[in-house]
Amino acid sequence: MGNGTSIGRVRGLGSSQHGAHHWLLQRFTAIGNLILVVWLVVSLALMPSYDYAAMQAWLVKPIPATAMILLIVSTFWHARLGVQVFMEDYVYDHGLKFASLAALNVLALAGAAFGVLSVLRIALATSTGGV
Amino acid sequence: MSASTSQSSRPLSPHLSIWRWGPAMAVSILHRAAGQGMAFVGLPVLLWFLAAVAGGEASYATFQDHAGSWYGLTVLVGLSWAFFEHMTSGLRHFVLDLGAGYELDTNNFWSWLVPVIAIALTALFWAAILLR
Repeated sequence: MGNGTSIGRVRGLGSSQHGAHHWLLQRFTAIGNLILVVWLVVSLALMPSYDYAAMQAWLVKPIPATAMILLIVSTFWHARLGVQVFMEDYVYDHGLKFASLAALNVLALAGAAFGVLSVLRIALATSTGGV
Repeated sequence: MSASTSQSSRPLSPHLSIWRWGPAMAVSILHRAAGQGMAFVGLPVLLWFLAAVAGGEASYATFQDHAGSWYGLTVLVGLSWAFFEHMTSGLRHFVLDLGAGYELDTNNFWSWLVPVIAIALTALFWAAILLR
């Protein structure tokens, strides 16, 4: 950190203007999770049966399929933010911390993409003969 | 009393090491533990469930065999508790974000109540599933 120019005095002290961005996104996705996971929990509790036919008949419908895709995006996004803070707090070695955060970003995106693909395969399947 | 050893072992900020457990600290670490549990266990289970349904009857049967076993149900009960704990605790955080609820009595009261509500909701959820 320098002490001559104005940029030198603030360099290394963290971001300006965007410091609340991560915090806000965690709240926005938390609101999404609150609505969508409560929907999932209530849907599961009211499910007439837990066999394959009941699950397939549920997720092939457009509104449950849409809600499930939104749930995947919201929960994976929120989890990415939460695990990032967890790693920043507990992984002390700088190199390992960077590797952990890089792996987290890859896995969160890959997991969400796989989840969305699974829901699309259920919702768009034509061979089932369902509703 | 050699200067080098006694100085190096002295805490830099002595106040950080003087504390005892309080309800707000317990509910705070529970929030983190429940959240990390859902991130590292809950989301993979959700993906397994969705992929199993997408894969068809046989793959769903494999998922259901594990999910319905004693260890599967233990994980699912644990995940449902983690969700209700994280949700209730998260709602408390929304109130705290508004700048409310920091009075010592109020803060202690809700810090105690959050895990109690979470356990009650977990019991209610499984009662709705099992007692039909």
